[in-house]
Amino acid sequence: MANYLFIESRDPYGSNDTQFCCDLAKQLAQQGDAVTVFLVQNGVFPARAGARADELSALAKAGIEILADEFSLRERGIPTDRLTAGVKPAPLDVVIDRLADGCKAIWH
Amino acid sequence: MKALNIIETGYRATLEEQDDPGVWLAYTLKAAGADVDVLLRGNAVNYAVKDQDAGGLQYGAWRQTQPPRLAENIASLTSKGMAVFIVSEDLQERGLGGVPLIESLTPVTRNGIARLLGNYDQVWHW
Amino acid sequence: MADKKTLTFALMDPPYENARSTTALRLINIAAKRGYDINVFAYEGSVFLAFAMQKPHPNAMHGRNVEEENHVLTKELVSSLMQEAMRNGGKIDWVNCGLCVDERGAVEAVEGVRRGSPADFLKMAATSDNTLVIVTRG
Repeated sequence: MANYLFIESRDPYGSNDTQFCCDLAKQLAQQGDAVTVFLVQNGVFPARAGARADELSALAKAGIEILADEFSLRERGIPTDRLTAGVKPAPLDVVIDRLADGCKAIWH
Repeated sequence: MKALNIIETGYRATLEEQDDPGVWLAYTLKAAGADVDVLLRGNAVNYAVKDQDAGGLQYGAWRQTQPPRLAENIASLTSKGMAVFIVSEDLQERGLGGVPLIESLTPVTRNGIARLLGNYDQVWHW
Repeated sequence: MADKKTLTFALMDPPYENARSTTALRLINIAAKRGYDINVFAYEGSVFLAFAMQKPHPNAMHGRNVEEENHVLTKELVSSLMQEAMRNGGKIDWVNCGLCVDERGAVEAVEGVRRGSPADFLKMAATSDNTLVIVTRG
């Protein structure tokens, strides 16, 4: 089993390529790998409760851990106590933690 | 250490750089002894098209005499011993199904990428 | 320091163009605070992150003069990160891709930055605990 960290910096409103990360994350999870998606920069936009967030919902349904950079959320006025279901706020330190642990890390 | 270079954006700065920086880097890393392969996805799959022609640009009296030859550059990766994978569905959705492409590329489906990643220690997405 | 790690970052974006350069420096900051050894391979426009000739400017929209504006100069962030790493028992080896420097004329870099090539990135990646490539967008 391998550990993967996807750092998603793009949002699904300005980029239709976010589907790539979503699909790949689900496939890796299906084959038994541990996957975390870390949202950063505009990637946190769909984390606001009420936003169109089909991909995040699909990831959450697949049991994939979804974290959102606390600073990126605050920068965009997204309250951390009202996030899309399945998304948890997290400090950017988590990315360094996972890199230090040897996760295969892919920036998107 | 075995690394997979994923090249996704197509035609970013290629006219100024006279090549694709991700492709150039993969070639150069291989030449330096790296064990690297390449996966073309997104718009970068168009690099495999044989009949690209970026020649003829002129700015005042300045003419570009060495336009990028992206298909040739991709072919040079395989001739250096790299596996170059290309995502089938990305070709299809860009209408490249029946278009002449350079040889020696290995098609992979979107569903096959997950399995492919397991063959590499590092995945570098350029 | 317990459990010291070595991480490599490959960057591509120049400063003042998008959010990726900010996030990259934030990540390096976290690693520097932990006293990690950090390798940075600055490729393409990111060779300008450490460009020594950056200058601050006032901002009329903000109603601030040069001093008041305290404009972010990424060269100062790079220098500060190097000091932070050293303060915590680590170091930053910052390599600007030489050909990228040449074609952009970004020759003058702050102290501690050295000129290199993809061979340096390869060595960094091979000897690190992990590598993160922060790709630019076209």
